[in-house]
Order: sequence, then C-alpha cells, then structure tokens
Amino acid sequence: MRCSYFAVQNIIHLNKNSHLDYILRLADNPMILGQNLSKWCGHGPILEQDIAITNISLDFIGQARNLYQYAAELEGKGRTEDDFAFLRDPLNYKNALLVEQPNGNWGQTIMRQFLYDSFNFYLYNELKNSTDKQISAIAEKSLKEIKYHLRYSSEWVVRLGDGTEESHQKMQTALDDLWMYSGELCTPDALDVQMYEAGIGADLDKIRPLWQEKINTTLTRATLQKPDSNWMQSGGKQGKHSEHLGFILAEMQFMQRTYPNMEW
Amino acid sequence: MSKKNWHLWEVFIRSKQGLSHKHVGSLHAPNADMAIENARDVYTRRKEGVSIWVVESANITASNPDASDELFEPATDKVYRHPTFYDLPDEVKHI
Repeated sequence: MRCSYFAVQNIIHLNKNSHLDYILRLADNPMILGQNLSKWCGHGPILEQDIAITNISLDFIGQARNLYQYAAELEGKGRTEDDFAFLRDPLNYKNALLVEQPNGNWGQTIMRQFLYDSFNFYLYNELKNSTDKQISAIAEKSLKEIKYHLRYSSEWVVRLGDGTEESHQKMQTALDDLWMYSGELCTPDALDVQMYEAGIGADLDKIRPLWQEKINTTLTRATLQKPDSNWMQSGGKQGKHSEHLGFILAEMQFMQRTYPNMEW
Repeated sequence: MSKKNWHLWEVFIRSKQGLSHKHVGSLHAPNADMAIENARDVYTRRKEGVSIWVVESANITASNPDASDELFEPATDKVYRHPTFYDLPDEVKHI
C-alpha cells in the first residue's frame, strides 16, 4: 500500500532537508534524555545505581554524537556536532516530549526510561535495515547497549512496581503522569511516513503493537495499572515543546553561548 | 532507604585474555541477580572483563591473619617442594 493516491498528493518532496530533519529527530531524543539522566550524577539512591544511570546517560550522549556528526556531514555547510547540540533553539529541537519531562524521583526516572527504552529497542531494530548506510551502521552499533537499557529499566519497573506499598504507589503515579507522553513515540507524521517509504526510516505502525505488547507484559508483571486514557500529547517532533526543554537547553548551552567557541 | 537488605558481595572478573577470575572489589545488592547487574555496571565499564562471578561476602571464609605464622611460614625454606630440579622441555611448557 506504499503509493496510494493520497500519499502521492501529500508527499513532501524527498530532499536533503527532510533527510536531515529525520536524523535530528533520531539524535535529539538521546541528547535530551542523556542530559536529563546526567543530573543524577552524585545523587543516585545508592552508589551502584548512580554509576548505572550515568553509564546509560553516557551511552545516549554517544548515540547523539554519532547522529549529530552524520547530520553535520549530510548538511555539508560546515556545521559540527557541537553546533547542533549547543546552538539550536528549542523550536529547532525535534525530540519527543517524553524525554524532556523532569527526572522527578527515582521511580519517575525509571518509568520514563522504560517507556522510552521499549520504543527505542524496536526502533533501532528496524533502523539497522535502513537503506541509509550510516543510519544502519549507527543502529547496528547502538542496538546492544539499547538492549541492555531495556533490560535494566524493565527490571526496575517490576522491582519497584511489585515492591513495597510505597514504591508501588510512586510507580503508579509516575505511570499516570507520563502516560500521555508515550503515544507520540509510535505515532507517525508526514515526515515519518515519507522516510519510511524512502527506505530510510522505520515503520512506526509496525513498531506500535510490539511496543504495546512489551508495555502490557511488563506493567502486568509489575502489578501496575495502565491508564485508561488514549489522549496523547504531541508536538515535540515538530519543535513544539513543553516549558521543560527551555530550562534543559539553557543549562546545557549556557557556557557555549556565553563564551563562543570555548573549548576544554 | 533501608540498607539492611543490601548485602555485601565480592566481585570476581575474568578478562578476555585471562584464565581465571580475579577479585576486583565489592558492592551492595539485595540479591544475586542484582549483584551481577551492579557488577556489570561498576566493574566492567572499561572493558575489564567477559565473565562475572559474585559471592556474598558472608559466604567467604578467610584465613586468620594471627595464624599466618603456622600456616605459611614453614613453606618458605622447603626448596625440595618446588619442581625446579627437573629440566622441562619446551614442548611441554604448560603441563
């Protein structure tokens, strides 16, 4: 059903901008999530988890770097990975709303992580078959650590969900609060469809049921109740963000913008 | 957060080229599975190893340092216990 009449009518001409936009969407998620997770450094609930969560943060920043480097090369205008990370405004960031939500308590961080990791795993599993050789290579390389992230966060969801009364309550609250941000991950827009049809991007319609199955299985094991509501927030992928992103970028970009071209 | 359920575990790692697990340190975890995961996060982040053993510290019995004299001293001057008087041909190096 690849070239229906409507698809041809609505198609955005496949050009470098769409391709670049898609890569930035892939890069901005791990960038913002990595930045958020890094705030746990020194503040983890116990030493071993402090190290675990900051390891995961570093994994994400590594993924973001690979993708920004490719974006810079693809754009061919002399921008570098640092320009993409440190000199773009919130309107130009294409991350999903979920990853910019605050860390909150450990349970909220874990719940946010799990909702993202389960999506990320299926996404990269598709991306390793991309006709874009660079994306395919980056996906192949990142898939192992993504598998680990999913194992880590899903096990913690179960541990805390099926834990004490207090931990169960906190996890349920976290799920209730974050649920409306989860839909955006697997909901394709025109760019997603275009990239998929060009063989470059992933088929979010294929990923969605896999993601839902994973969520359902894990939440059941964790004795957590999935919220009834199907109403979902969106807009992050199009550059329309919650107030949180402004603060995240202000902190992240302050030094570079105040002292242009400064280096360690 | 209650720490009494987080026991101490000793961690042993075997490196890629290594033949045996070496003691690298200790960590806290509530059970064996988490001890392995924590060991993976804390002790293998710089490619230190390919295999992890964890043992609850309470399960390790150590020799008493006060008894070092009688346990270890006698072996120092018994050179006949070492296989150094026999010329081992190169071909059987790792016997």
